[in-house]
Amino acid sequence: MKVGVVTFPGSLDDVDACRAVRLAGGEAVPLWHGDHDLKGVDAVILPGGFSYGDYLRCGAIARFAPVMTEVVSAAQGGLPVLGICNGFQILCESHLLPGALIRNDHRTFICRDQKLRVENNATAWTSALNVGDEIVIPLKNGEGGYVADADTLDRLEGEGRVVFRYLDVNPNGSLRDIAGIANERGNVVGLMPHPEHAVEELCGPGTDGLGLFTSALAVLAS
Amino acid sequence: MPRVIVDVMPKPEILDPQGKAVHGALPRLGFDGILDVRQGKRFELEVSDADEATLAEVTEIAETLLSNPVIEDYVVRVEDSLDPPDGPTGQAES
Repeated sequence: MKVGVVTFPGSLDDVDACRAVRLAGGEAVPLWHGDHDLKGVDAVILPGGFSYGDYLRCGAIARFAPVMTEVVSAAQGGLPVLGICNGFQILCESHLLPGALIRNDHRTFICRDQKLRVENNATAWTSALNVGDEIVIPLKNGEGGYVADADTLDRLEGEGRVVFRYLDVNPNGSLRDIAGIANERGNVVGLMPHPEHAVEELCGPGTDGLGLFTSALAVLAS
Repeated sequence: MPRVIVDVMPKPEILDPQGKAVHGALPRLGFDGILDVRQGKRFELEVSDADEATLAEVTEIAETLLSNPVIEDYVVRVEDSLDPPDGPTGQAES
């Protein structure tokens, strides 16, 4: 199974995302922001970082990168797409996911091992997890406050599209402690914390992040 | 050359941490009379002609790129060439 990882100018975690894909048993395929080509991949990851220097708004310019035309169209056709941190911001700016990420309410960059609760395992990226699982993966962002209007939040909750919720502490002012959400179909998932940084015992808080990548590979294989 | 101004502001209901930080700094500088600060962005677009078609295009630019309608409002206006160029500015006069 081939999982594409897009590199934008300013992406930081594309190499880690590729590594996570390989550790999960998949083939990682580097994709370039300027290409109009997904190289036949079975899924796409938009990694963390600071695409285009976070100029204008986080993800606002990456949304219009040539490769995003293909990603948006493929995502609408059901291709599994995971947006991590800056990737989540890009998915929101692209309107593949509702809402937006704004500056942390406490106005400082935060980097911590963050506990999350899995709220939905019916998505392409969480099928190997269980609802109610508590996982710990790194979180590192300056603009990770998830916001949306009350109707949108109610709809997300009502349709079970809140995929991950912050536990113990809300690290960035996200409304209703939302750490990650999915689209209606469940093939597109975005989250602020970084599962690709928790895939090996040697570094990071453990291997709780690996499940997201094995989930997608399992869904693709079935 | 006419100039079209696009002002982008966070929606009133959206938390504005940057504005809050600025507001918080004011009393430390001795400015006690300011009740609130909101921080936005101002874009200046040079155009060859500020006609209706151009303004429609700028409005589309404001809607699709310059602002995120989920969290921000925008206002498009043509800069008034009658605005006095002098008056209070960021430049201190010597």
